[in-house]
This record gives sequence, structure tokens and C-alpha cells, in this order.
Amino acid sequence: MVIQEGEREPSYLEYKGKHKGIFSWILSTDHKRIGLLYLFSILSMFAIGATLGLLMKFELIAPGKTIMDAQAYNAFFTLHGIVMIFAVVIPGLPAVFGNFLLPIMIGAKDVAFPKINLLSWYLYVTGVTLVVISQFAGTGPPDTGWTFYAPYSFRTTSTMLPAVFGAFVLGFSSILTGLNFLVTIHRMRAPGMTWFKMPLFPWTLYATAWIQLLATPIIGITLLMIVAERTLNIGFFDPSLGGDPLLYQHLFWTYSHPAVYIMILPAMGAISEIIPTFARKSIFGYKFMVVATLLIAFVGYFVWGHHMFTSGMSGTALYTFSLLTFLVAIPSAIKVFNWVSTMHKGSIDLQTPFYWAIAFIFVFMVGGFTGLILGSLAANVHLHNTHFVVSHFHFIVFGGTGFAFFGALHYWYPKITGKMYDTRWANIGLLLFFIGFIALYGPMLYLGVQGMPRRYFDYDEIFHAGNIISTMGSWVLYSGVAIIIINLFSSLKTGAKAPADPWGGKTLEWTIPSPPPVENFIETPVITKGPYDYK
Amino acid sequence: MDISLSLVLFDYLKLTEIMENEKNHIVPYHTFLLVLAGLIALTLISVAVTKIYLGTLTVFIALFIAAVKSTFVLRVFMHLKFENRMFTVMVIAVMLLIGVVIFITLLDYLFR
Amino acid sequence: MSLKTEIHRDDLASKTGMWLFLFTEMLLFGGLFVVYSVYRYRNAEAFHLAAHELSIVFGTANTIILLISSSTIAMSITAIQKKNKTLALLLLGITIFLGLIFLANKYVEWGHHIKEHIYPGSPVLALRGQGDVLFYGLYFFMTGLHALHIIIGLVFIGFIVVFIIRGNVTSDNFVLHENSGLYWHLVDLIWIFLFPLFYLIT
Repeated sequence: MVIQEGEREPSYLEYKGKHKGIFSWILSTDHKRIGLLYLFSILSMFAIGATLGLLMKFELIAPGKTIMDAQAYNAFFTLHGIVMIFAVVIPGLPAVFGNFLLPIMIGAKDVAFPKINLLSWYLYVTGVTLVVISQFAGTGPPDTGWTFYAPYSFRTTSTMLPAVFGAFVLGFSSILTGLNFLVTIHRMRAPGMTWFKMPLFPWTLYATAWIQLLATPIIGITLLMIVAERTLNIGFFDPSLGGDPLLYQHLFWTYSHPAVYIMILPAMGAISEIIPTFARKSIFGYKFMVVATLLIAFVGYFVWGHHMFTSGMSGTALYTFSLLTFLVAIPSAIKVFNWVSTMHKGSIDLQTPFYWAIAFIFVFMVGGFTGLILGSLAANVHLHNTHFVVSHFHFIVFGGTGFAFFGALHYWYPKITGKMYDTRWANIGLLLFFIGFIALYGPMLYLGVQGMPRRYFDYDEIFHAGNIISTMGSWVLYSGVAIIIINLFSSLKTGAKAPADPWGGKTLEWTIPSPPPVENFIETPVITKGPYDYK
Repeated sequence: MDISLSLVLFDYLKLTEIMENEKNHIVPYHTFLLVLAGLIALTLISVAVTKIYLGTLTVFIALFIAAVKSTFVLRVFMHLKFENRMFTVMVIAVMLLIGVVIFITLLDYLFR
Repeated sequence: MSLKTEIHRDDLASKTGMWLFLFTEMLLFGGLFVVYSVYRYRNAEAFHLAAHELSIVFGTANTIILLISSSTIAMSITAIQKKNKTLALLLLGITIFLGLIFLANKYVEWGHHIKEHIYPGSPVLALRGQGDVLFYGLYFFMTGLHALHIIIGLVFIGFIVVFIIRGNVTSDNFVLHENSGLYWHLVDLIWIFLFPLFYLIT
């Protein structure tokens, strides 16, 4: 379809609506603008979380106090966790790329409930503000860890309520996003787009949305119970009143484990979009990818006890959770196999997003294998609460969601901004990022096996060498991130104009201009073929 | 020209779909009143059952009656009987989910 | 009504959204049912005895009140579909009235316990033993959270009353009215389970 020069619709960035200036952004119900509002907020929170991490690593460069004492370190890792988990990786891909791309990829003009979409962002900002306030209000920043374990979380004299409420509000934001995406996918797919003609990124958003909807309320109620403990002394988790602290852990992880699937499923979806495009080949085993996605979401609901193996659960619970944990790894493995099979005998085009995708596969597998080790009961006894765990979840969350986020950023940047970025600097940034990442988290595997505990600001001299490498890795990683972000920002001004389809992608977003017009499609597409139609 | 044609076609498809939904089923007043009578009766029965000593069975019977009452509220008051089957499937799935979570949690407590 | 306004409204989407929201409420209370299951299992005798202290008259009355209110709101939708605006408003009014009676009953019940120094965090309660602390902790928390949802439901229904009067909700456009009914029925559903778990485990 040829668009005449004079007929060009204004892009969503140029569009002049009811409001002016900043209000045209913060009062906009356009899913694309909301996606960018989230991008701005989430990158800001990531910067805060990353800086906290950098400072924590600096403390750990030598045993004993380096720049902070024990109480400060506790506050640092608490905020680092709250920010990274609740404000960065859980909203992460769905809020940014889901918002921007989901309607476009299914041929819709917007999401089902645009005003609720904006409300989700307001709730996000409110939640984050409450978390920031917790650092400065009252008797000292929270020091319980992001996991808020009872009974310490209701006994500690540090200020807990703003942080707990902040997490609650962020949860509500997540629920509404999930609800919106579910109705959007059910009701607004373009004519001819049956469920099995829908691309894989929307499929992962669909599965993720179910988890957001059905798991998040559990942490909502758990946080309310913590509030009741602190304010009313109600006794649910207080051993002196008959409560069981372990019940808190059950409830907390009943959400927080599915939460990691909220983090990883859209990440996998983005990878499933990138690889076919740069292999010029349809995804291998599309139906298996769909089933694997749904299985991960489903089985992932029942494995939470693997965070509690050493806590005192019954033997029956131990075996059940370990078995289910092994089972949930299978669909993830299927996905890795299918990504690699997609590349096999493809016509590979080596571009930045593709480098991110293959880096993702590597770090995700390290994360996955270390997860299986932790899922083994006997090994877990030795490794629980050591740096091995810290390494595992950074490989799989930062490696998984993080790499996929940056990959998605580089993949969809031309579509979102209408510009191309400098590929050389993007790849330099990626290389530094990757080297720094491995140097930062690799040694932790060994340190953990050696016995270095987590959440301690001090450690035995035998762990010193590994920590030096790790901290230096954090510097390299941080500089890689800086180069990447600076490149993307500067390319907004100096980048070449992007065509509608710079990469040769086959999904619907590549059929509309870069950047897209406000209503996405000039005429509603009618779908007749599958999503990865490479011939 | 053919842009507007496909637009009109699409509009027509959407409109007929909306009209399908609006072929709305109206539940007669007496249906609701009948169900209400049944629900009140079940409530009173469940209270009466507690007067009979049945040990731990009492609670299961009370919960079973509660489940029966819920089924009526869901199917008639909340219209599930007349809606797309998808809603019923979802409701059952959610209830099963809660049930399984409780079951797995009790695997810890029952066997400590 | 022009073609344009027809296209942009999707009642099924609206209804689906409401049902999805109800699922989050079910999971919210579901977490509390997990807590109840665990502590009931561990303190069966204490729960059984404490349940005797609750007024089965108030409990049964409140259950029936809520059931009637569910039927009145359901009938109000039939009324609006049959274009009987007056009946619809009357039935919604009765629904709200019954909801307020429920809250008043709760106030009296709670007041009775609080007067006896039975409330979360009370030292008197703590002395009675762990099973009692947990029973009453759950009782106040769950019925309290439920009462909060009654209030939210009443506000929602209040809005629908206004919308019907103003003509925003009509026999052609009543999905919002249906959604308020769904929410109210959910509140009823939760109570259908709370009632036996607190009042009938004697």
C-alpha cells in the first residue's frame, strides 16, 4: 500500500491533541505515549537501582567496612531489591514494549481500556514515590530486604509502612496492566488473526497477564497483613501469639515466584520476535512455543516452596516443590531448543538485536542450570542464602529480562523513534555490558559454593579475590550501560531516518510507518497468514 | 476508494457482533425470587445442621452447602448460565487455583 | 445513534474486564482463606470453641440480608432491560438499604466484642491463648476487609442510581449496571463462605 507524500498522517510524536506540552504526555491515553512514559520512569528507577548495586559492590571490594556499615548495607540491599524487582523488572517489558507494541502487533488501534492504562502509570508513579519516601521518612529506611520476612518486618524499628504501601500500589498497577492486556487480546485482534496466527510476543504478554492478574493479589493481601501486624499486632505471623513466620514465606513466595515468570515470559517473547527476523526464518515449532509459554505460566504457580527449602517445611512439601521445580524447567528448555533450531539453516543477519538475543540465550541457560542446582534439595542446603543464589537470580533476571529488554530496545527503537542508532557504539556498549556482566556475576558462583553468605556487608578473607573481580566487573558493566543509553539518546538527534521495516521483520508493526501514526493503522489489516511468513 | 469499502465492511462486521450481544437474554423476576427462596432455605439448613453433632463432618457439609449456594449465585444472579461458556471455565479455573494453592500449603502443615 | 458510536462500544469487553477484576478480588480473599485453613488446622479445638461466641442470629440474618440484596440488584437489571426505570431505581434503593443494614449489624457485632476487650492486639485476647488470638484476628481482618468491599459496592451502586436518573444507563446501554451487579454478587459470594467458616464451625 503506497502512502502519498501529501497524505502522511502525523506520527504519534507529532500529533497535536487537546493538551499541550508536558500535559500532552501525562494526560495522554495513547498506548504508545504511555509506553514511553513507562520507559522514562523505568529507566530512571533502573539508574537508581543500578547505582545502589554499584555502591553495594564497592562496599564488598574488601572485607570489613569500606564505605558503609552493616545497617546502611541492609538498607541498600533492601532498596536495591524493591526498586529492581517491583519498579523495574516486573513492569519492565510489559509496561514498555507491551504497551507500545501489543495493539500494533494484533492490528488494533489501542488497548481495550486506554484510560485504565493511564491510571496504571499513575499508580506506578505513586508506588515508586512511596518507596522513595520510605528512604527519608521516619526512623530510618527499611532494612528487611525486599522480601519483608516476618517477624523482623513487623518488629524492625525502621520505617516500613511507606515501602509496604508502595509495593502494594505497584502491585495494583501491575494488575490493571494485566487486565487491560487480557481483554485487548481477547477482543481486539484484527479480522483473520486467530489465536494461532498471533505472534509470540503477544502470546507471552497474554500468559504474563494471567499471572499479573491472579498472583499479584496474593502479595497484596500479604502486605496488608504485615501492615496489620505492625499497626494492630494482629498475630498472623507472630510466634508469640500463635502465628507462623513460615506462613508469611508461603504467602510471599506464592506471588513472588510467579512474579519471576512475569519477568521472563515477555522477555522470551521478545527474543522469539528477534530471532526469526534476523535468521530470516519462521520460528521453529510455533505451537510448541505457545504451549511452553502457557505451561511455564501454569506450572510456575506451584513451585514457590523452592525458596524455602531450608526453612523447616515438611518432607512432603520439600519433595513436591523440588519435583515441580524440575518440571517447570522443561518448557523453558523447549524454548531454547526452538530458538536455536530457528537459527539452524537460517540466513543470519548479524545486527545488534540479534547479538543481544544470542547473549540472552547464553546467560539464560547459566541462570537456568544454576536454578536446577538450587532446585535439588541436597545442594540447596549448602547453597541457600549464599552468593550462589545471588548469582543465579542475576543471571536469569538481569541476564534474562535485562538482556531481552536491551535487545527489544534496539530492535524496536527504529519503530518507536523513527531513527536508526549508531550500530558501532551499540555493539561496543553490548560487549562491555556482557564482559562486565560475566565478570560481576561469574565469580559469585564460586564464592557461593565456597560459602560466602548473601546480604552481609563483611566477609572472610578467603573470599577477597573473587570479590575484587566481581566489583571491577560492576564498573565495566555500568560503563557498558552508560554507552548504550547515551548512544540511544544521542541517536534521537543524529540518527538516520528509519524506514517502516529496517530489519525485514514480518509482523504487523513493520507494515506501518516509523514512528507510527496515532491510530496505528490507516486501514484495519485483515490477516490471512501466520506471523513469521518467510519464504 | 477500496479503503472506505473495507472500512465499511469491518464496521458492519463489528456492528452485527454487537447486535448479537444485545440480543440480550432477560431473566424473569420470578426466577430470581425462586432462587432466592432456595438460597434462604439452604442457609437455614446449614444452620440447622450445626445443631446435630457430626464432628468434623459438620464443617464439610456447611462448606458443601456454601458451594451449592455459590453455584446458584454464579449461574443465575451473575448470569453465567446464559453467558459465553468461557466465563464459566475461567471461574472454575480460578477456584481450582485457590484450592490447589491451599492444598499445597497444607502439604507443609499436615506433614510437619 | 450513528454507526460511529456503535463501533466504539464493546460491552463484552467491559463485562470481561469486570469478571477479570472479580478474579483479583477472589484471589485477594483467597490468600486469607489460605491463612484460615492453616490456622484452623493447627487450632481446631480453639476455633471450634471461639465460634460459639459469635452470634449465629446476627450471622444468619446478615447472610439472608445479603442474599436478598443480591436478588434485588439482579431484578433491577431485569427492570432496566424492560425499560421500567422506576422499578429499577426502587430495587437498587432496597439493595443499598440492605447493604447499610448489613453494615449496621456488623457494627453492633464488632461493638459487642470490642466491649469485652476482644480485638486484634488486645492484651485480654492475648491472655486467652493462641488459638483465640488467631480466630479473632482472622475474624476481624476478614469481615473487616469484606465490610470495606460492601462500602465500595454501595458506592458503585450509588453511581449507577445516578447514571440511571441521568439517562447514562438505559435499556440499550446497561453493561455498567450489570458490572455493578457482578461486583455486588461477589461480595455476597465471599460472605457465603465467611459465614460457615466463622459461625458454623461449632
